[in-house]
Amino acid sequence: MSSIITIKNLCKAYQRGSETVNAVNNVSLEVEQGDIVAIVGPSGSGKTTLVNILGCLDNPTSGELWLNDKKIFEAGLSLSEKELTLIRRQYFGYIFQKFFLLPTLTIKENIMLPEVFGIKADISEQRAAEIMDLLGISHRAEHLPSELSGGEMQRVAIARALITNPKVLIADEPTGNLDTKRTEEIKNLLIDLNRKQGITIILVTHNPELAQIADKVLFMEDGKIKE
Amino acid sequence: MNLLTLAYKNLKRRKIRTGFTIIGIALSTWVLVTLLGFNKGYEQSLNKDIDAMGFQIVLTAKGCPYEAATLMLKGGTGLRYITESLFDDINKDMEVSAATPMLMHAEFDPYKGENGGTIVYLGVDNKTYPQMKSYFEFLAGNWFKNANAREVVLGYEAAELEQREIGDMMLLTGSEEEFTVVGILKRTGTQDDGMIFLPLKTLQEVFKKQNLLTMVGIQLQKEVNATAYEDKLYEIPDIQVVSMAQVKNTIISLVKSAKVIVFSIAFIAFLIAVFGVLNTVLMSVFERYQEIGILKSIGALPKHIFAMIWGETILLCSGGSIIGIVFSYLFADISENLARLFLPFAPNGSLIMLSPEIIITAFTAITLTGVLGGILPAIRAAHIRPLEAIRSDN
Repeated sequence: MSSIITIKNLCKAYQRGSETVNAVNNVSLEVEQGDIVAIVGPSGSGKTTLVNILGCLDNPTSGELWLNDKKIFEAGLSLSEKELTLIRRQYFGYIFQKFFLLPTLTIKENIMLPEVFGIKADISEQRAAEIMDLLGISHRAEHLPSELSGGEMQRVAIARALITNPKVLIADEPTGNLDTKRTEEIKNLLIDLNRKQGITIILVTHNPELAQIADKVLFMEDGKIKE
Repeated sequence: MNLLTLAYKNLKRRKIRTGFTIIGIALSTWVLVTLLGFNKGYEQSLNKDIDAMGFQIVLTAKGCPYEAATLMLKGGTGLRYITESLFDDINKDMEVSAATPMLMHAEFDPYKGENGGTIVYLGVDNKTYPQMKSYFEFLAGNWFKNANAREVVLGYEAAELEQREIGDMMLLTGSEEEFTVVGILKRTGTQDDGMIFLPLKTLQEVFKKQNLLTMVGIQLQKEVNATAYEDKLYEIPDIQVVSMAQVKNTIISLVKSAKVIVFSIAFIAFLIAVFGVLNTVLMSVFERYQEIGILKSIGALPKHIFAMIWGETILLCSGGSIIGIVFSYLFADISENLARLFLPFAPNGSLIMLSPEIIITAFTAITLTGVLGGILPAIRAAHIRPLEAIRSDN
């Protein structure tokens, strides 16, 4: 298998007053195409910071990031917001703890939202219908988010992330707002997506049950990975 | 779905706030359209009223020029008189192409309306007056048969008020004689509609004003300089010379000062509306800080966010402007009646004249200003960094 994401000696430091916080401290890793990678660890260990850099939401302070064979970041090089967005459009889909669905759009409109932003992927009503079918929310297509349960809303958020055909799905605490039953549903869904669609998934979670689905579990502490 | 549809759906989230913002813009547009319409309508109606008089210059007995203007336009009380010999002198002047003598007489009629009212009679020369008022058209009948006839011609509204038809006999208030209605004029939209016309000599005799006149209407030869001729008339003692141009300018200058104040108020209302839009959209950007970050994370570029937020402003302003324009059409009559209550002088005809140019001007001014005001929130939204937005607590 080939690596879809490679990072080498990645660091991210923040200035908090006079103190420098090394949120990610000299981390190197490879994520293989089609893998599920779970990043776990205590709060403040740097999980989200790392995943934000992996997902091109943030620039690292130093180190290298490669997507496939393309070098995205290297020391001394910082990408603009627009450049980061263009990379994100090409590679990533995101799921967050909060669902962030637009309340006045129907479920179908929420899923097809990336089309409004001119993303040149195969976004069509048919594809939206296929994804909704896959995620079991077809019957909710014309409903508003307020009419859905938390689990259904997270499925819609996943569908919105999948509509652009992302190579990597980044899920930051995707079950953080869900009860046990819904968490189980989302867990199974992610496994299905990975197995049937071959999507690479990077998971940040506090939930050990959810982390069990991963091919590789990375434990983070003090900005470092302890495998 | 496109960005404008998305902007529209975003506005539906806070329906009450959006509604109030649109109402604010609509009210500003209403005020602006009505004022622009008034600006045009008042001047046009005044011109029409003055042109409809058929005279370039009117001579009256010396007195307050404003009173003289009112006398000519509405018919007044406390009239002063000039003698017929003055008319004879003016009529002989080579520079005058036509002149007509008039005697206005007002009588209080206790039975007119609820509390009584003044009836105005105008004695006119049956030869010269119809020539100068050549645009008069008769609904029925014609002018008087001779200069001493016991006959009346009624203006359109006077005929309706008195409920008279051709051939009816009419006892004139203030006299003990009956007169035959020989003509009813078509509506002119001027003060003449409410007038009761009698032959000059008859009016002088009935109301004992022999050889007296209240006005002389003058038309000059085409080549004559009106201002120079007016100067010549000023040399005649105890005479007030009122040129129609003067009347127009006097009234317009009276109204102009009122208009400045009203326009200032409208401008303030306009600014309040614009800041209302700015506040609404800016609040909406702050409230959706995280959401905008998410939109950027799923692929929205700054230009998309800018267009979405700007689209919301455009929809608010254009929607409000359209509603305001509809209001100004629907309530033009009410606005006109209110204006008539407060104006020192209101001409006949439509005071508020709405035209496509006015509508386009108001719509463009309001929408463009609102749209310019929307740039700031749109820029702020476009520059939201997705990572910071997602991390933020709100």
